Amino acid sequence: MNIVTKSVKRVTAIRGMSAALIAFAGWIVLYIVFGIINPQIFAMNNVLNLLRSMAKYLLVGVGQSVILITGNIDLSIGSVVAMSAMISATMMTKGIPVIVAVLVTLLCCMLVGLVNGVLVGRFKLPPFIATLGTMFCARGVGYMVNGNRNTDAIASGIGKEAGESFQNFFYYGKTLGMYNAFWIALIIFAVVFFVMNKTRTGRHIYAIGSNMEAAKLSGVNVSATITKTYLISAFCAFVVGLILCAQASMGNMEAGNCYEMYGVAAGVIGGVSPLGGTGLLLGTFAGAGVWQTLENGLGIIGAPVGLQRIVIGIIVTGAVLIDVVFRLGIGSKKGKKDKKS
Amino acid sequence: MLAPVQIEESRVTRHMNETIVSMRGICKSFPGVRALDNVQFELRAGEVMALLGENGAGKSTLMKILSGVYTRDSGTVEIFGKEYGDLHTKQAQALGVAIIHQELNMCPHLTVAENMFLGREKKKGLMVDHRAMEEEAQRILADLKIDISPRETVGNLPVSKQQMVEIAKALSINAKILIMDEPTSALTAKEIDELFRIIHQLRESGCGIVYISHRLEELQHIVDRVTIMRDGQYITTMNFRETTMDHIITHMVGREIKEKFPRVECHRGKKIFEVKNLNAGRMVRNVSFSVYEGEIVGFAGLMGAGRTETTRAVFGVDPKESGEILLDGEKITINRPADAIRAGIVLAPEDRKKDGLCTKLPIRENIALPNLDILCNRVGVVSRKKENEMCSKAVNDLRIKTPHVEINADNLSGGNQQKVVVGKWLARDSRVVIFDEPTRGIDVAAKVEIYNIMNQLKQQGIAVLFVSSELPEVMGIADRIIVMCDGQITGEVMAKETTQEEILTLATKFENKFAQQAN
Repeated sequence: MNIVTKSVKRVTAIRGMSAALIAFAGWIVLYIVFGIINPQIFAMNNVLNLLRSMAKYLLVGVGQSVILITGNIDLSIGSVVAMSAMISATMMTKGIPVIVAVLVTLLCCMLVGLVNGVLVGRFKLPPFIATLGTMFCARGVGYMVNGNRNTDAIASGIGKEAGESFQNFFYYGKTLGMYNAFWIALIIFAVVFFVMNKTRTGRHIYAIGSNMEAAKLSGVNVSATITKTYLISAFCAFVVGLILCAQASMGNMEAGNCYEMYGVAAGVIGGVSPLGGTGLLLGTFAGAGVWQTLENGLGIIGAPVGLQRIVIGIIVTGAVLIDVVFRLGIGSKKGKKDKKS
Repeated sequence: MLAPVQIEESRVTRHMNETIVSMRGICKSFPGVRALDNVQFELRAGEVMALLGENGAGKSTLMKILSGVYTRDSGTVEIFGKEYGDLHTKQAQALGVAIIHQELNMCPHLTVAENMFLGREKKKGLMVDHRAMEEEAQRILADLKIDISPRETVGNLPVSKQQMVEIAKALSINAKILIMDEPTSALTAKEIDELFRIIHQLRESGCGIVYISHRLEELQHIVDRVTIMRDGQYITTMNFRETTMDHIITHMVGREIKEKFPRVECHRGKKIFEVKNLNAGRMVRNVSFSVYEGEIVGFAGLMGAGRTETTRAVFGVDPKESGEILLDGEKITINRPADAIRAGIVLAPEDRKKDGLCTKLPIRENIALPNLDILCNRVGVVSRKKENEMCSKAVNDLRIKTPHVEINADNLSGGNQQKVVVGKWLARDSRVVIFDEPTRGIDVAAKVEIYNIMNQLKQQGIAVLFVSSELPEVMGIADRIIVMCDGQITGEVMAKETTQEEILTLATKFENKFAQQAN
């Protein structure tokens, strides 16, 4: 018994773990509730679909969470998603080999991340403004690459076979019984999770979010670390763009609309504080799950799309409200102490 | 609204020299600290009373009680002959108590008139009556003979003028008791002249002025009486004309040393660390010093003397304009803290909440943060084993009181937080360790532990720099003391051969400003 309570204590002592566990519990409860209303939700097929659709929310959630943990924000994620889908699709319709198209797309997306990172990290621009600018620019690039219209089917350029293998690799194919899109998201999630929790860079990211001045005085290269976070976020958006391109077998200019905010929502539901310093990516995983389950469940039980939005809105705001109330409780106590000392 | 300054004058002729503030037996405790112990204070109409004492003597706390920011634990506060129990800020303001803070409380984007009437704007129906406000502001400014347009944006004014706007604002709310906290710290000699002229004028109009300053030389130009405090206690009140500066200084510092200062004797070895002609901003001007093996060098001076700025420039936090840094005789380049850390120079900063700790992170991660280069393998993965070893060593060596190292740093007491700040820097081998106010706000026992740590470093042959505003502490721990004033080094003394008076004299050597001031 003692060992159990001890290990429970040790697990919950990990920073952000309790919030993440609560989010997981919420996810499971939500899933069961939907399942009771309509058992179809428990069907294996639906579970696999749910996880596959969840991949894109998980990825934007991971990217945005890393940024939120430093106390910043990335508004350009959705636009980079669109840019990624449009650039890769356009190149493929022109018959450029998949691998080249993907690499060029990667380069373009990382460039946006680099610009964000330099503007926020080096020039200390408010992240809201800096990434607002790149948000418009990246979306504009997405519009322009194919002359202001959506692309044709990618198979029209690279051929049916290559097109199908691209689509299978990123979306429709299965490995070990699970859709590839989910595997890709899971692997990226695992890598970023490892970076955040086990490496020096991760420590620096949390330190900057907690107290930038102290981090600087501890020898942390603040601007380089912030640039890294924006590169991570841009990479996640790039992959989401490819997934959407593979799903639709074409590039859609409106792809990834609002995805930066879905990312914020996934992170916040999972206990990532938008004020920086705290949050575990495990929570973001659950947050993305909650999001996708709502979308999936409300769809299956036939709820109108509007209701879906309202429920999601309430959950996101509720999660932040709890966070803020919790902080205010602590904050006011601290305020008193500060005043006295 | 009638013209407040004129009311003032008519009122004053009747009541000159009347006691307007009388505080008796004031006690105030904060958790762990007795800030004020049975303090008395008196202020008369038409006088300038200097309130003197070292940092932490309780001057600000006393004035915050007078202005209603804090409530006293016991004692009586009488203002204009009427006793007030729990004085609130609003109440104090209505009675005419106004504080001009060191940091000005102005909205820089608003105009002078808007600032003066902030929160009590004159209205004409639903609209703000700008004209009436500007006229009123103009009248008050003209009364004070201050040449500022009420339409000017405050942010465009130099600090001295902003301060005058603040004074005018205080008068516009009918202030009769004006508290000035270090009003000259940001002013040039000419601006100080102007300020003194206004203070004279206010005094003649019958205001009671409490003047808090560390610059003793400037007192002679304006002060009528002085009240001296030390360690939260009232020492004495004297007529300024009947006393001498030496006398005042003796009263200010003349404490018997209650804390113990463990001192270890070391042989002074070779020169380890040298800074030559360092310039960085206004507060670090041509600073040169060196530190030898087996000695602790103390940096003494008043608040704002440029000591913290010097350490920050050395450590690479703030940019340097010029100067050389030599370690073991070799010139090194420090552009950012990481350079300094790599070279073996570390800094435990002054404000642990702001600069020292990531309060939302556990102790373990705080201690590991500057040492990740040691704790990581080649690809940057942190070794949890090495990390735990480092942390338990730090916790044991420094006797950090905590159930375990996963606790967030802000849940620790001040003394233990300070030990974490020190501990994170001692976990690596360094050549030079800089402590900036390491004992501020911590209890005596924790202080002695910090002193012991410094002594250990000294014995290990590490160069120790020790910035402190508490003279007994610097004199008790440091071997050699460098005194700074206004961004420059004004003297260097051996701790054993000096007196507090000598250091204080060096620390208040505002030569440039007062050479002009005197004549």
